[in-house]
Amino acid sequence: MSTAQSTTAPLTRKSSLTPARDSRRARRIKRILSRLPLDIVIVLLLIAVIYPIIWLVLSSFKSQSEFLNAPFWSLPSSWSPTNYTMAFVDGGLGRFILNSVIVVFPSLAVILVLGTAAGFVLEVMVWKGRAAVLLTFLAGVMVPAQMILLPLFTIYFRLHLTGTLWPLFFTYIGIGMPLTVFMMATFFRAIPRELFEAATIDGASIFRLFWQVGLPLVRNALFTIGLVQFFFLWNDLLISLTFTNSQGLRTIQAGLLNFTGQYGAVQYGPTFAGIAVSVLGTLIIYLFLNQQIMKGLTAGSVKG
Amino acid sequence: MNKVLGDRRAIFLLLGPALLVYSLVMLVPIFWSMGYTAFDGGILTGFTFVGFGNFLKFFNDPTALNATWFTLRYALILTVLQVGFGYLLALLYTFRIKHASSFIRTIIFFPVVLPTVGVGLLFQKLFEAAPTTGPVNGLLNFLGFPSVDWFGYPEQSFWVIILLDLWRSMGFYAILLYAGLVDIPEELLESARIDGASGWRLVRSIVVPLSLPVLLSSLIFSINGTLKVFDTIVALTNGGPGNSTTPLTLYMFQTSFAYGEYGYGSTIATVLTILCLLVTILIFRSTRRDLTKG
Repeated sequence: MSTAQSTTAPLTRKSSLTPARDSRRARRIKRILSRLPLDIVIVLLLIAVIYPIIWLVLSSFKSQSEFLNAPFWSLPSSWSPTNYTMAFVDGGLGRFILNSVIVVFPSLAVILVLGTAAGFVLEVMVWKGRAAVLLTFLAGVMVPAQMILLPLFTIYFRLHLTGTLWPLFFTYIGIGMPLTVFMMATFFRAIPRELFEAATIDGASIFRLFWQVGLPLVRNALFTIGLVQFFFLWNDLLISLTFTNSQGLRTIQAGLLNFTGQYGAVQYGPTFAGIAVSVLGTLIIYLFLNQQIMKGLTAGSVKG
Repeated sequence: MNKVLGDRRAIFLLLGPALLVYSLVMLVPIFWSMGYTAFDGGILTGFTFVGFGNFLKFFNDPTALNATWFTLRYALILTVLQVGFGYLLALLYTFRIKHASSFIRTIIFFPVVLPTVGVGLLFQKLFEAAPTTGPVNGLLNFLGFPSVDWFGYPEQSFWVIILLDLWRSMGFYAILLYAGLVDIPEELLESARIDGASGWRLVRSIVVPLSLPVLLSSLIFSINGTLKVFDTIVALTNGGPGNSTTPLTLYMFQTSFAYGEYGYGSTIATVLTILCLLVTILIFRSTRRDLTKG
């Protein structure tokens, strides 16, 4: 941008000082040349990041024979959505997505409600032992999920919950709790204590304090954490794979994994369509909310 | 005032549900799993007490040792690469492409939000050698090299996994580290420039020391996440060829759910947990020492 402006300025002046102009131009070219290697690296990087997705979308329209006979860079011969309908109708992709929606959003709501209340108690309220409780929550962020799978499996089995989506719902809430509580506590810490103290002097009860002072102030934070947890739950594979034992219960990730198992190397088109649906779904959310998502995910990076 | 802020009934009502769910789904199962490690068998076969037998078995089980080695190697290499690349990108954002940086940042970040399973399957196809030639092998052919059967060999598979995770995470670490770099006061950089420091010299002696805290916390986050790798590998290689790319997480999953060995499965999970704990403490302590020195 800035180089374009500076090139027009000397030209309009019609100066006769050609040697000076030449040397200035030479300097400019030298500067551009010295920046060139890095610019190329950046462009290559952007291509490396974007190209797989473009290739995925293009491939999702190809027919089986195009996959096997045409080179990878060829464009699909038609834009018919056959692969997509096959993925939904024969592959059961719609069922997987529905299962994910049924489980993820209610768990997310419960996580946010319970996590916010707990974060408020642990950060704003004054009582003995809150540091210990906060640390207990934090420890949960580090422990690998493998540590809780077997006992939970036994519990759900004994409660006759296997074969339903309840195990996923409960496990998601439990697993989402530590990070939510921890992040919520951090956000409450950022609010000046005087606000809460002033409200108590004015005679507000603790529940009013939470509902009318605390909550409105962390509304943005709540949205951010909601996004972070949404991605963690929506993209979860391990829990879903452990607690869903039939095709009809699979969430999108576990279903997609089985998808290729079912079609294997035989049916490329529907497989690509399935991957495209799962990838583009989150991509669209990112398109609209990228700034909040970037802020949220980096804030939640303790999860690794 | 403290009577309101210390209201016991409110503490109980607001904290109780979260603590209850957390305890039932996480705390109790964690200790329960530790209990399982002393037993052999599963819920279908019944349990027999073996004491520390499972841990002895673990250290004499070549597959388990392989999985441990794989996990450590993967975590170490990926941590160095993703934090390293992330840092280079962050430097690039801060010092080189200031105005267009927001756009580039947003683009390079996006793979993080994509579902790992989808990305794993996508990379499987990107690196495919037969029956179709994927873009990577296509490029190799174009440059005059023969196709590589990436998933046919342990070492090649390992590097494809690393590449995938690097592709996913470098933008994320770039943003994390960028936040640290932006915090460096401009006057400090300016005075260093006046003193004649520029380019790498400026980065080495001013920028790196000042961003050390955020660099080190990135290392901890990264190692903590990479030791728990599961989705990527399940979707990309499923531990193969053989079990050469099987991390502890996947080995635990297979022993527990394919063979129903609860005791041994819990032992593997416990070893992994201890590993996470040790590494975190190790890095944390070494960072503290360094910070007092600097």
